[in-house]
Amino acid sequence: MPNSPSLIVDHLSIRYPGSGSNEAALHDVSLRIDADNLVVALGPSGCGKTSLLNAIAGFVTPTFGRITLGDRDIDGPGAERGVVFQDDALLPWLNVLDNVAFGLKLRGAPKHEREARARAVLAQVDLAGFEQHRVWELSGGMRQRVGLARALAADPQVLLMDEPFGALDAFTREQMQELLLRLWQQTGKRVLLITHDIEEAVFLATDLVLMSPRPGRIVERLSLHFGRRYAAGEPARSIKSDPQFIETREHVLRRVFANRSVSAGS
Amino acid sequence: MTTSELSLDEAIFTPPEPAPHQVVTPTAKPTTTLRISLATLGVLLALWWAITTAGLIQPLFLPSPQAVLAKLWLTATKGYMDATLWQHLGASLFRIVTALLAAVLFAVPVGLAIGLSRKARGVLDPLIEFYRPIPPLAYLPLIVIWFGIGELSKILLIYLAIFAPIAISTATGVRNVDPSRVRAAQSLGASRWQLIAQVVLPSALPDILTGIRIGLGAGWSTLVAAELVAATRGLGFMVQSAAQFLVTDVVVLGIVVIALIAFTLELGLRALQRRLVPWQGQMH
Repeated sequence: MPNSPSLIVDHLSIRYPGSGSNEAALHDVSLRIDADNLVVALGPSGCGKTSLLNAIAGFVTPTFGRITLGDRDIDGPGAERGVVFQDDALLPWLNVLDNVAFGLKLRGAPKHEREARARAVLAQVDLAGFEQHRVWELSGGMRQRVGLARALAADPQVLLMDEPFGALDAFTREQMQELLLRLWQQTGKRVLLITHDIEEAVFLATDLVLMSPRPGRIVERLSLHFGRRYAAGEPARSIKSDPQFIETREHVLRRVFANRSVSAGS
Repeated sequence: MTTSELSLDEAIFTPPEPAPHQVVTPTAKPTTTLRISLATLGVLLALWWAITTAGLIQPLFLPSPQAVLAKLWLTATKGYMDATLWQHLGASLFRIVTALLAAVLFAVPVGLAIGLSRKARGVLDPLIEFYRPIPPLAYLPLIVIWFGIGELSKILLIYLAIFAPIAISTATGVRNVDPSRVRAAQSLGASRWQLIAQVVLPSALPDILTGIRIGLGAGWSTLVAAELVAATRGLGFMVQSAAQFLVTDVVVLGIVVIALIAFTLELGLRALQRRLVPWQGQMH
């Protein structure tokens, strides 16, 4: 695909200056996000998954290695990599519509154009009719959808999601996962999602990357298809009760705990 | 005992609130507080009236409320020290509003610079922290030596009192901007200036408004000191010259007017805060 270059993380290491330990936050991580992929990085806290996302977003500079999108090196934040945060990070002085149109406004798009685009994206995340609402009056799930819409409205090449559903209740979280899969299907965006929720990771990922702490590294990669099955129309409940899904989930669970007890014992 | 049992019964028979985060009691509370405050004020006034009318205190030390009211009418229509109450009030308000506008104009950019740049902080922070704790009366003579006894010195003194709180609150507000808000804007392609104008400054607005409230309080209390300097008009001047001639009712009148104006300004700023930053205390 010529117009959708791959995002490549090449032997990335991150060491934070002044952090007492000499262990890297992230050690020798390589990763590739191709078109149409939904990559999920899963791991306990301290495994460097957020550092990985921050490096790709351009918020932190790699100590070693490089990150490229197509033929361009990443050396700072940019609009071609949209980010969705765990806390919605919305701007409370703007209403829902203006929050979603914010990226287009920064780019200098004319008012009618950016508002039309924002309305369309809000409809995609099932928030049509909420354009004039104040963001602090919305529920957590709705705010997270506004955050997702804001990232999508800027039409990024990659969508980076930092534990986006971590603060939501279980019911809302499932709705949001299904919404994300529908949006992924509709827009064909490649996605990198960070989570510590095993079921979420197994359900969403086309590529699951298992990470482990001290130092933060990738310990296993799995190619999965449950997200694609949902996108193809199979109900979530039937996927999640499929023995294959349960088996994968238990396998991942065992791997996470195996790595945890090894690193705790060392 | 019976009352507590009664309220317990009420609690049992009241249907439970559907949304626990939308508890309604805070709206009921301020009205009761207001009622208590008004009652306190009423009792105080009554006490004042009773003591002075009974002749327990000489009018030279504490004039009666009626006398002060009569004086209010007299100063409002005929004036005191060649100016009516309104002219005194106008002179004071002009000084404080000019000082306030100048302080906002300069202190907000200074606070912004302190919050954003390490260098600016290194230069400006010690300067502000050096003069801030000095009582204005202490550096008033220096200001008079440098800038004379005109209107400039008076406004400058008030300006200095307002400047520091606004600059410091702005810097605090800027430093406390939610980092993920900044990152969100950066990943939407914001330039440095867009970031400052469209994310940092609006995020710091609640703190800036708090700084203005504190600054205005400090400025208002510096007013009397400022009007020590060869003033011919102003509420502070009115009170001082009345004190020199032992016209106690004018002194009391002046104090009451100063208090009322300060209270009105504070209420106005609170209303402005609710209007400009209605999200304050609503997020997270």
